[in-house]
Amino acid sequence: MDEARISRRGLSPRLWLAGGWLLLALLAAIFAPLVAPQDPLAQDLMLERLPPFWLDGAEPGYWLGTDSLGRDLLSRLIFGGRIAFIVAFAAAIAACLVGSVLGLIAGYFGGWADRIISRIVDIWMAFPPVLFAILLVAVLGTGLSSVILAIAIIDWTRFCRVIRAEAMGQSRMDYVENARIAGYGRIGIMLREVLPNVVPSIVALLSLEMGIAVIVEAILSFVNLSIATDDPTWGGIIAEGRLSIHQAWWVLVFPLITLILTVLSFSQFGEALKTRFDPVLR
Amino acid sequence: MSACLDIANLSAVLANGQRVLRSVSLTVQPGEVRALVGESGAGKTMIGKAVLGVLPSSVRIVEGDMRLEGEDLGKLQPKARRTLIGARTALIPQDPLTALNPSRRIGPQMTDRLVRILGWSGDKADKRVRQLLDEVQIRDPDRVLKSYPHELSGGMRQRVLIAAAFAAEPRLIVADEPTTALDVTVQKQILRLIAALQREHGTAILFVTHDLGVVAKISQKVSVLYAGKVVEEAETADLFAAPRHPYTRALMAATPRYTDPFASLKPVDETVLAGLAAEIAAADQAWRRPHG
Repeated sequence: MDEARISRRGLSPRLWLAGGWLLLALLAAIFAPLVAPQDPLAQDLMLERLPPFWLDGAEPGYWLGTDSLGRDLLSRLIFGGRIAFIVAFAAAIAACLVGSVLGLIAGYFGGWADRIISRIVDIWMAFPPVLFAILLVAVLGTGLSSVILAIAIIDWTRFCRVIRAEAMGQSRMDYVENARIAGYGRIGIMLREVLPNVVPSIVALLSLEMGIAVIVEAILSFVNLSIATDDPTWGGIIAEGRLSIHQAWWVLVFPLITLILTVLSFSQFGEALKTRFDPVLR
Repeated sequence: MSACLDIANLSAVLANGQRVLRSVSLTVQPGEVRALVGESGAGKTMIGKAVLGVLPSSVRIVEGDMRLEGEDLGKLQPKARRTLIGARTALIPQDPLTALNPSRRIGPQMTDRLVRILGWSGDKADKRVRQLLDEVQIRDPDRVLKSYPHELSGGMRQRVLIAAAFAAEPRLIVADEPTTALDVTVQKQILRLIAALQREHGTAILFVTHDLGVVAKISQKVSVLYAGKVVEEAETADLFAAPRHPYTRALMAATPRYTDPFASLKPVDETVLAGLAAEIAAADQAWRRPHG
């Protein structure tokens, strides 16, 4: 019992690996101008399609090689991380706020509030998310804030459904009834008795949603609907890499690996955090 | 002096029109323990919930009065009713596992109500809670107050809930089968604790149970409930000495005895059940006539 408890309390490898990668990627993105070995926008046709460092013909200073315009891939990935993280945090938090609040209200108050909110969620989820995103960005215009807004507008239902279900379960608990007998108001009970019990799920979903936001941003930039400037984005690099896959596979492979690692880390990190936040599992 | 709780002619129906409480009348005098006994589904928990104002939304009260210390609960505005019920009553719940919030520590869960509802200072509430924990024989209040519910045993949690119920000095406590979810050895201790605190604080208790053994130990008066109808009401001693209603007699015959554990238990007799069914049907008939 005690040993199990200690190992659970300690940092699990899952939390270490996922958290480590995210921290590394986040720090690199924040300090991109200091960390990146080259200017991500500098083109040099003399240096086009240089291979990564362990292959013949690699140039020092261009660790992961260059693309067809001679731009340093590693630097572009690092700068692309900035957009990815900004979108991940902003969009996930916005979706989380909207979805969790509506989910709590629907689940705890039930009745008409629940019926209205649940119908909206049903209608919302009938739209294919990626097409919906493309449509939204087309309407809102390209740009960072449109991308963030589009993801939040689409994905709040994810939070709403889960939190609604959990809040419904909570509202039938005896401690909620006890609080009603004691004379607490409905909002007070919702915040005091129900919310703390759904926080672990909110945290896990939030982290998962950040991963999803990274993917959606990559998809949007892949179809050139993300940000309008020349700033590198992971999706944009993947789109370019696709064109030169036969001459320079690394331009496609490295951003894909970066994307997969980041998304995987977000979801694993969320699961690990959930167990740590939950007083019963902890 | 008015009764602590006075229920007169209380009837409640489900959404489909089925009656779940059939003109229930009962009183609990100040400082008295009134047992409400009956088999599951008889509506005993429903009466407790009606008093505390937490009936499920599918159940509607169609008739009758409930007075808490003379105040007619039906005539009060919802908010005033909540305040009154919150200040004068408390619940000792059936299942100590789900009655405490798993994500909050015991301490704040216990003091919260004193501070927020009764307006006590944090210090005063803390002292009061410690005093009550001592009364329910919890010897390490510091550890308990810092614990999360899952870190305590079922018996400990029920003690905490008893302490919490008595902490605000309510006039009336509804105890809804408070020993049913516990194992037998713990049941006895918990029952003794409730009885001791009840005497000490002079609190009236509406004690809901299906266990006649518990009734005999703790209550002064009993109401026997069948299908939402009070079929017999008596002083506890009288009821056990001379049960009048055939159902009560059948119920007593169906109670296991520790003195003779291998004696075969008699299920409630067919003719008794048929008599009850007729009695209920007649009551419903009489009730429907004036109510259309």
